[in-house]
Amino acid sequence: MSWMAWTPVTASFFSIIAAILACMTFYEIKVPCTERKGFLPIPTTRGDRLFIGLLSSAYVHLLFVGFSEASLFIPLALCVVWLLCLLRWG
Amino acid sequence: MNKVENNKAWWLVLPVFLLVAFSAVVPLMTVVNYSVQDIFDANTAVFVGVEWYREVLQDSRLQDSLVRQFIYSFAVLLIEVPLGIAVALMMPTKGRMASLCLILLAIPLLIPLNVVGTIWQIFGRADIGLFGWALNSIGIDYNYASNTADAWVTVVLMDVWHWTSLVALLCYSGLRAIPDAFYQAAHIDRASNWAIFRYIQLPRLKSVLVIGILLRFMDSFMIYTEPFVLTGGGPGNSTTFLSQTLTKMAIGQFDLGPAAAFSLIYFLIVLLVSWLFFTTITHMDKDK
Repeated sequence: MSWMAWTPVTASFFSIIAAILACMTFYEIKVPCTERKGFLPIPTTRGDRLFIGLLSSAYVHLLFVGFSEASLFIPLALCVVWLLCLLRWG
Repeated sequence: MNKVENNKAWWLVLPVFLLVAFSAVVPLMTVVNYSVQDIFDANTAVFVGVEWYREVLQDSRLQDSLVRQFIYSFAVLLIEVPLGIAVALMMPTKGRMASLCLILLAIPLLIPLNVVGTIWQIFGRADIGLFGWALNSIGIDYNYASNTADAWVTVVLMDVWHWTSLVALLCYSGLRAIPDAFYQAAHIDRASNWAIFRYIQLPRLKSVLVIGILLRFMDSFMIYTEPFVLTGGGPGNSTTFLSQTLTKMAIGQFDLGPAAAFSLIYFLIVLLVSWLFFTTITHMDKDK
């Protein structure tokens, strides 16, 4: 696996993504979800909301990296809160 | 009917899952790993955090390429989609002429990308190319190698020539799937041709248009070969699109770290725009 040039940071990142997907799959099997409408303008499933949350988090991080010198823990904290809100009320 | 709880058919998905993991997920993970390191050789890499992302996002050359790329993609979509629908509407519905039209439309799609670039490179030349010669003969000073506007017109025309057929063929298949009863009802109501198009044909074309627009957007957003062969990105950098800039960075300069960061930003843009297109179009019907 050395050709993949793993680092502890990227390994943690992918582990967290894999864990989220595994938990969502398990939750979906236990409690199948139906499409519903929250504060987002479109009806979404749980998977849709996770996708929207992850994609928007990536853009928030890019904005902070490209146009600010602030610590990345700020967008990380914002995105965790955003993702939780999205999953609950989105 | 009771739902089968222990459905072993899911195991049949495993080969696809492995194939996607091997061909997409693992390479994508590698690109992410490269994007946070300064890669010197196969065994020497230094962790640099988000430095490459910062460098790429603040690089004016890449920002210019991104703007050009969006203009290009939207220009080709604006031309190819209405033109493809118009061609599909004008095509004969049955008989030998229908077969002939289908074959003629399929020909541009079968030509390799670099050959398309070469065809248009020769076609647009003022000395030996029919298109360039004809424009100069009627008094239009056309030279795609030295004039930015001419280069853009040629690159867009080349894409329209190459890919409108795809939209037309998709729309043609969509039109053929509309049952005759719809047209008969429209004739009884004395609907005009425009009303038939607006209320019968266009709504029934929606699903094929979604596929057509998505395919054309993603393809045009990743275009490399044709403009590279035709103009080489010139004059200056006026037709240098994102993939050409990325290739120069990754292969020309061997800057693997910045190129990986740039690839991921590129991927996120394609993902976002495709998702927005898809979601908007698929939810339009639900809102009605």
